[in-house]
Amino acid sequence: MATVEHTDGTLGPAPEGHAPEGGVRRRDFINIAAVSFAGVGAAATLYPLVNQMNPSADVLALASIEVDISAIEAGQAIKTIFRKQPLFVRHLTPAEMQAANAVPIGDLRDPQTLAERTAEGKPQWLITMGVCTHLGCVPLGAAEGENRGQFGGYFCPCHGSHYDTAARVRKGPAPKNLEVPEYKFTSDTVVTVGEAA
Amino acid sequence: MSFPWAKAYQPKSGLMRWIDERLPLPRLVFNSIGGGYEVPRNLNYMWNFAVLAGFALMLQIVTGIILAMHYAPAGTLAFQSVEHIMRDVNQGWLLRYAHANGASFFFIVTYIHIFRGLYYGSYKAPRELVWMLGVVILLLMMATAFMGYVLPWGQMSFWGAKVITGLFGAIPLVGEPIQQWLLGGFAPDNAALNRFFSLHYLLPFVIAGVVILHIWALHIPGSNNPTGVDIKSPRDTLPFHPYYTAKDGFGLGVFLIIYAAVTFYAPNYLGHADNYIPANPLSTPAHIVPEWYFWPFYAILRAFTVDFILPAKLWGVLAMFSAILLLFFLPWIDRSPVRSGNYRPTFQKFFWILVADVLVLGWVGGLPAEEPYVMISQLATMYYFAHFLIILPILSATERTLPLPSSIADSVLHGQQAESQPAGTTPRPATAE
Repeated sequence: MATVEHTDGTLGPAPEGHAPEGGVRRRDFINIAAVSFAGVGAAATLYPLVNQMNPSADVLALASIEVDISAIEAGQAIKTIFRKQPLFVRHLTPAEMQAANAVPIGDLRDPQTLAERTAEGKPQWLITMGVCTHLGCVPLGAAEGENRGQFGGYFCPCHGSHYDTAARVRKGPAPKNLEVPEYKFTSDTVVTVGEAA
Repeated sequence: MSFPWAKAYQPKSGLMRWIDERLPLPRLVFNSIGGGYEVPRNLNYMWNFAVLAGFALMLQIVTGIILAMHYAPAGTLAFQSVEHIMRDVNQGWLLRYAHANGASFFFIVTYIHIFRGLYYGSYKAPRELVWMLGVVILLLMMATAFMGYVLPWGQMSFWGAKVITGLFGAIPLVGEPIQQWLLGGFAPDNAALNRFFSLHYLLPFVIAGVVILHIWALHIPGSNNPTGVDIKSPRDTLPFHPYYTAKDGFGLGVFLIIYAAVTFYAPNYLGHADNYIPANPLSTPAHIVPEWYFWPFYAILRAFTVDFILPAKLWGVLAMFSAILLLFFLPWIDRSPVRSGNYRPTFQKFFWILVADVLVLGWVGGLPAEEPYVMISQLATMYYFAHFLIILPILSATERTLPLPSSIADSVLHGQQAESQPAGTTPRPATAE
């Protein structure tokens, strides 16, 4: 590419910068340096073009929410919205906690204990995403009177996944337990979801 | 579509051969912007601006598609969504500034490209259609830029939309219905904003299509050159790649440095502060002007202040559109057989007066409509039309042009003095070569 071709061989002197013996010529160096520099520039330009599709600042500003849990009685649950998706906050009864703890860990598809899925010292507060791990439907069981499935937790009507009282998958096509988001207790009655404890 | 000595496409790999036999795209690229397109060897840097304009179009399409991902074309949301782009979207400020200044730079390189064509007679036979397609592109660019400026829905957007659609209201009888039809209402609102957004997204692709026709038509006779002399032999040309890809690459580097400097350090220099105020139908900004690239035409529009048979408003609109439509007839207005201004000493002088005249029009177009600017715009408008309708026809009939070089290669080899050797005589042997 760096050679200068003369269409009729008579125009102009031979190009300057000929290497003495087959080494790298000045023109090769300039060519490679220029094209590489242009390549770096093009790659740097690509970054904002791609990054603009990531969540914007206003979306990220809503990445954590505060939930007041003072009004939730044992046995009740509420549905709220976290990062534009449903969030279940459930106040477990002692019987539900007992049932969850009674399950042999080895029998579970996605082995986790209730303690691992709740905050330390607050095993009665089960906070999970309301998004079935199969294909993303909202499972039933958070609202009063809804089908809670065979294991008393949640039931996904789309493809029949059953979750237990620790929101662990027990039956059906879902591969994982309902996701537990990061959260911390800001006070005894307020939970900040989206921030690590 | 090319000269007999142009290199034929030779696939460099089995894969390219395989593709070329089924879809001759590699061949098309090679013959249009590769080693198979022969270009006059004497092109100067004025010939960079076509590639720069093409680059600016691509830049506008890419940044525009991205901005459309975040923009909401609704009266109540448009302004906020633009602020959302500026503040919240990752690097949104950069993309919007790149797009807004990209429009200005698109016009800068396009105007230089047009004046290059005017000086070197690139509009003359056999390139009349190249030129006319170029005027079509200019008109499409203006429509696109105008509608794009409305989208942020600031004060200048709103009043710009009102004033420009008001131009159509100048047409007798049907003017007002046309204006209402364009706006979808009595004043710019949701309906206008939505249709402007739709068309602003569509027109760049129409421009890209006409650009392809423009290049196609150009590649039939091949590029013009600073001498305006036809290509006669292989000694006159060089393959586009690597010679002009390298030269255009250098020009692109210079362009990008200036463009980046403005985008990063003076992103609002070419804009108007008033457009950061949300559109308000009840209050007109004190000094309302379009974007700078419309100023010469805006000056022509405002130059007509007296009713003469027709209302002054209508005269202004007619003159403004004629100022561009006139260019369609330029190949037949300028009948001089010599293309390049280099060999037309008188034309050359008038060319530079025209450049100054358009700059003056641009200058007064950006100023308030008061004296002495109105009078200056009237004189400059008169001169603009006189240049094309009086001076050029007279010049092309009476001007005594300089002798042309016998070929491009000779003009390159023997310099200015021998270049002026009458055609047909043998140039003196070169001393320096």
